[in-house]
Amino acid sequence: MSALQISTTAVLPPIARSPGYWSGVVRRVSRDPVAMTALLVIVSLILMAVFASYIAPADPFKSSMLRRLKPIGTPGFPLGADELGRDMLSRLIYGARLSLLMGLTPVPIAFVIGSALGISAGYAGGLTNTLIMRTIDVFYAFPSVLLAVALSGALGAGLTNALVSITLVFIPPIARVAESVTTQVRSLDYIDAARASGAQAWTIIRVHVLGNVLGPIFVYATGLVSVSMILASGLSFLGLGVRPPEPEWGLMLNTLRTAIYNQPLVAALPGAMIFITSIAFNMLADGLRSAMDVKS
Amino acid sequence: MLFYTLKRFFLTVPVAIGVSLVCFMLVHLAPGDPLTAVLPTDASAELQAQMRTLYGFDKPLPVQYGLWIWRVLHGDLGQSIATGRPVVSEVFNAVTNSLVIAAAATLIGFVLGSLLGIVAGYYQGTWIDRGASLISSLGVSVPHYWLGMVLVIVFSVQLGWLPATGGGPDGSGTRSFDWNYLRFLVLPAVTMSVIPMGIIARSVRALVGEILTQDFVQALAAKGLTERGVFRHVLKNAAPTAFAVMGLQLGYLLGGSILIETVFSWPGTGFLLNAAIFQRDLPLLQGTILVLALFFVFLNLAVDVVQSAIDPRVQRA
Repeated sequence: MSALQISTTAVLPPIARSPGYWSGVVRRVSRDPVAMTALLVIVSLILMAVFASYIAPADPFKSSMLRRLKPIGTPGFPLGADELGRDMLSRLIYGARLSLLMGLTPVPIAFVIGSALGISAGYAGGLTNTLIMRTIDVFYAFPSVLLAVALSGALGAGLTNALVSITLVFIPPIARVAESVTTQVRSLDYIDAARASGAQAWTIIRVHVLGNVLGPIFVYATGLVSVSMILASGLSFLGLGVRPPEPEWGLMLNTLRTAIYNQPLVAALPGAMIFITSIAFNMLADGLRSAMDVKS
Repeated sequence: MLFYTLKRFFLTVPVAIGVSLVCFMLVHLAPGDPLTAVLPTDASAELQAQMRTLYGFDKPLPVQYGLWIWRVLHGDLGQSIATGRPVVSEVFNAVTNSLVIAAAATLIGFVLGSLLGIVAGYYQGTWIDRGASLISSLGVSVPHYWLGMVLVIVFSVQLGWLPATGGGPDGSGTRSFDWNYLRFLVLPAVTMSVIPMGIIARSVRALVGEILTQDFVQALAAKGLTERGVFRHVLKNAAPTAFAVMGLQLGYLLGGSILIETVFSWPGTGFLLNAAIFQRDLPLLQGTILVLALFFVFLNLAVDVVQSAIDPRVQRA
């Protein structure tokens, strides 16, 4: 017996690892100049947020009545000063922290919850599917901005409530995508084969379903990040997100609204940051989608 | 067709009931007593109890929901806690104002978006396509509340061509069809139109691209039809879906107008929601959201039915 084992290992040539699907995706994305530029922008923004205290030239909270609304290029204030005389450049750099946190957190959480709901519904079918999906339909029936505003309006202003609201807004669309791909996969022969060979539902989902459905759901979710950025800053803009004096781009845009007559360029800066971030995520999501070759 | 319409309608009813339940629960989701915001802090326990009975907050939740939905079905959305006026009249006026700007924005967005989408789809893969797609990408990613501010800065503050904010010459949102009123509409409508423009352009591009690969297009060309003739057929095939996307966008814009209405102080539903949230006027919040959400639900129904009437191949269950 042992002799046989030794001989098999000796005879078989080492298995050449075929390049996996994901390494192909990474290769295709890395050859896409637009997606790579977007990635570079996103990485720089994240680094800016992490190292804000080292990069920012001044204290983002230090205000002065004498320096209110200085124009761009004022000595000591490269991007001007806001309505309370705080350094705009420092506030924009520090603002990346809360803005990115608010924009980026909801999508992964909604991805996990929405996928779990959608995959369960799609795999279980029948009554479970009806119960889950009809509930999801009700929330899906609200226009997204309205639902986010209604929820955070009812819960009350604040960072956590805004995050909860945006997450709740993204769960229904993700669950719907997850349900529809899972329903398609479930009817395939290899699932029947696994079931016939005695595999438990949980094993089938883990081994055979997840690998085939997470890709499309992931692609869909990446497309939501830029929406999430706009929505999160929008809630702060309405006064439903971060509270002053915290630096956050949406809130800064709101408090600078009255300054459009005196310092229009300074007033428009925070919005430009939101725009840059949102378009970078959009471009990267587009690149990923075509690299993964999933139809939207 | 009739069967489909009926089926679609009966599928909508439970969703509408669910939507009303969510709107109802919103008030009870709110932390604290719904009356604390309006009552003076030194209000006597007796007065508090009286108010609670007046607004029905002393009854069990299912009973409250039943009473509320019964009144809603009779066109009564309750009274605004802040102003004491009936919510229905406030919401009705605001919805009309919001519809004006959402409809104008949808129209602009549809025209520009279709043009971009058709051009991009027809010249797919060329630099024209990349340019048009870039514009639609920008339209989807721009924070529209910021775009609104930028347009105000350029066209109101710098050039002085258009008014920066307000819902009409007298500020009360009286609608009329002259330049005096319409000029207040231009900036908010154009700002809002970038969202449907981007989305419609993307859908139309995909549609046109897909239709061009179909056999009948080749058959038409082989039959000797001119390029323009073939193109007309492509458009006819793309139109039903494009209109459906447009219809849905109207609903999204109406529901999502709060940010733009805040920027332009437009006296619509967004303005009303803003007031309701910050004055903690829960009946007003509840009523506004219910009307907007139900409008969206029934717009969805209408779009599906109309689309399947134009093109019987697309019947969404």
